[in-house]
Amino acid sequence: MSSYTVPTMAEMASKGESPEVLFWVGCAGSFDERYKAVTQAFVKILNKVGVSFAVLGPEETCTGDPARRAGNEFLFQMQAVANIQVMNGYEVKKVVTACPHCFNTIKNEYPALGGNYEVIHHSQFLQQLINEGKVALQGGGEFKGKKITFHDSCYLGRANNVYEAPREVIKALDVELVEMKRCRTKGLCCGAGGAQMFKEPEPGKKDINVERTEEALSTGASAIAVGCPFCLTMMTDGVKNKEKENEVKVYDLAEMIAKDMGI
Amino acid sequence: MSFLPQLVFLIILGAASYILTKRVIFLKRNILLGKAETRNDQPDNRWKTMLLVAFGQKKMFKRLIPAVLHLFIYVGFVVINLEVLEFVLDGLFGSHRLFAPILGSAYTLAMNVFEFLAVAVLLACLVFLIRRNILKVERFQKPEMKGWPAMDGNLILVIECILMAAILTMNATDQILAARGIEHYTLLGTLAFSAPLHGIFDGMSDGTLIFIERFAWWFHIIGILAFAIYVTYSKHLHIFLAFPNTWYTNLKPKGEMANMPEVTNEVNMMLGIPSETSTDPPAEIGRFGAKDINDLSWVNVLNAYSCTECGRCTAECPANLTGKQLSPRKIMMDVRDRAEEVGKSMDAGGPGLEDGKSLLGDYISKEEINACTSCNACVEACPVNIDPLSIILQMRRYVAMEESGSPAQWNAMFQNMETSFSPWKFSPQDRFNWAESVKEEEMK
Repeated sequence: MSSYTVPTMAEMASKGESPEVLFWVGCAGSFDERYKAVTQAFVKILNKVGVSFAVLGPEETCTGDPARRAGNEFLFQMQAVANIQVMNGYEVKKVVTACPHCFNTIKNEYPALGGNYEVIHHSQFLQQLINEGKVALQGGGEFKGKKITFHDSCYLGRANNVYEAPREVIKALDVELVEMKRCRTKGLCCGAGGAQMFKEPEPGKKDINVERTEEALSTGASAIAVGCPFCLTMMTDGVKNKEKENEVKVYDLAEMIAKDMGI
Repeated sequence: MSFLPQLVFLIILGAASYILTKRVIFLKRNILLGKAETRNDQPDNRWKTMLLVAFGQKKMFKRLIPAVLHLFIYVGFVVINLEVLEFVLDGLFGSHRLFAPILGSAYTLAMNVFEFLAVAVLLACLVFLIRRNILKVERFQKPEMKGWPAMDGNLILVIECILMAAILTMNATDQILAARGIEHYTLLGTLAFSAPLHGIFDGMSDGTLIFIERFAWWFHIIGILAFAIYVTYSKHLHIFLAFPNTWYTNLKPKGEMANMPEVTNEVNMMLGIPSETSTDPPAEIGRFGAKDINDLSWVNVLNAYSCTECGRCTAECPANLTGKQLSPRKIMMDVRDRAEEVGKSMDAGGPGLEDGKSLLGDYISKEEINACTSCNACVEACPVNIDPLSIILQMRRYVAMEESGSPAQWNAMFQNMETSFSPWKFSPQDRFNWAESVKEEEMK
């Protein structure tokens, strides 16, 4: 048996090859201890299915999303223009990412700066793989028959109208998908968007992630599924705040699929 | 026959038109205090959005009870205004129920429809008054609603109740007089909703009834004209502006922030990239971001004038829900209040924008804009497609780029991004370390 491979764009280019899709890992996917596991799970799925992919590796930098949302347009554009130069240099056509913030920025905001790519979120990519029969699911594995709730991330849902792909992925696991009262277009933010991830909340009565976690817990789900690194952090912290971390787990979609595939 | 009533009517109509025209000019000038922005792309899509969202009330139906009640008032407003046409013509020509002989039984049917709507509007307004003042629906109790906004909301509902009562009174007395064969009064078929009121008036003399009927007629038409003027001072302006406001909806994905081309030019120069626009003369660079209303787009100000302060945005805002200062509705109210202040000052020969005040600072605080998660819940919730988020983000741009006044943790994040190309302080060399353990793992 061979081991997993994680080719970089530079390595492929040196061999005169180019992958079908660039996997944009993002800063959380690269550095966040918890989210690295999601990146690894997704890469394993790509390997297993035999998708022709590559990453930028050390050449990737922040898309600039939090800088832009915090108001620093200069810094955003410095990041964006540099990333676009790298991606255009490799003639990237298609990008997949597990981060809705990266997804939104590259898809909607890079075109104005000369970066035009087909950009999809990993929930959409996973849904395609499942629909095409390329991901052979074992029927839920440890999730089979369990109640799972899905937390819509704002930058996937309202920002880009992706509501069904993540749900289709979860349903493929033969689980019971239970919705929170505030879902889809009415989904409540986890509290991290708009660069809130990088500062303490303003003074108030409650933290947003606690409010959202209470709603998720009230569904009686044994796991909360998310499709965003910031949501993952916020919901995990929320579950800890409610002292439910032993009963209720927070997973990214890719982790759930990888677990089911036994990889 | 005396022409005095016609003359009085003409003078009132002329005066009302004059005041309204002046108000419209004032409002248009205020809206255009905002920066120029062209939003005429995809006209088909824009008409469709306007038809669905404004005309068709699509987004109202996310909340069923207020949606149905609001629909009664909306349809009542549109349909009963057809009757106003007859009122105006009768007033000018000294006629009475000008269309009755022309339309015959269709006229009676139309009157019944109007009366049904008048009753529906009356009941809906009463329920709305109860929701605001007795049930105290939470979104109407927020701090920004104290004082004039609460009064404005109640006044509109009370005025509408009185106007509808005037229609019913007029029809009831009118038909009793017609049945008595009094000159000028035309007997119609049964008017189902005003007929039950006949009992109140049956015992009155012809003279008293004529007085009440005429009073109700004049009260109704003068009331409508006065209300039209009042609307231009009120949050109720949404009855007109909802239409252009939805036409000028942002049709791009909600997550997309508008690019700042003036920044792109500088970034390209810094990175040594030939800029496509660098041969053009440098565009007039005002401020980066928005400090005052003239830094915003005119569409932002139009949004503010279209807001009827229903508070659906604030009710969905995660920051507001958890007790932060931010209320998207207040942002819109502040933009409008500031536009009004500047406009009035300009008309009075005052300093206008140069009055030493500004939207950010005097109306909206940094704490408010810093609390926003940019989640778009407010934008999604608005029944007329107002975009409070756009305004918040433009103000953040001003604070970050003109004042370097962002929260300290954001400034630290900026610094990390500048030096390590990540919002967190990690070494860029370690970015690809995550792959090492995967590469060592045997593929199952």
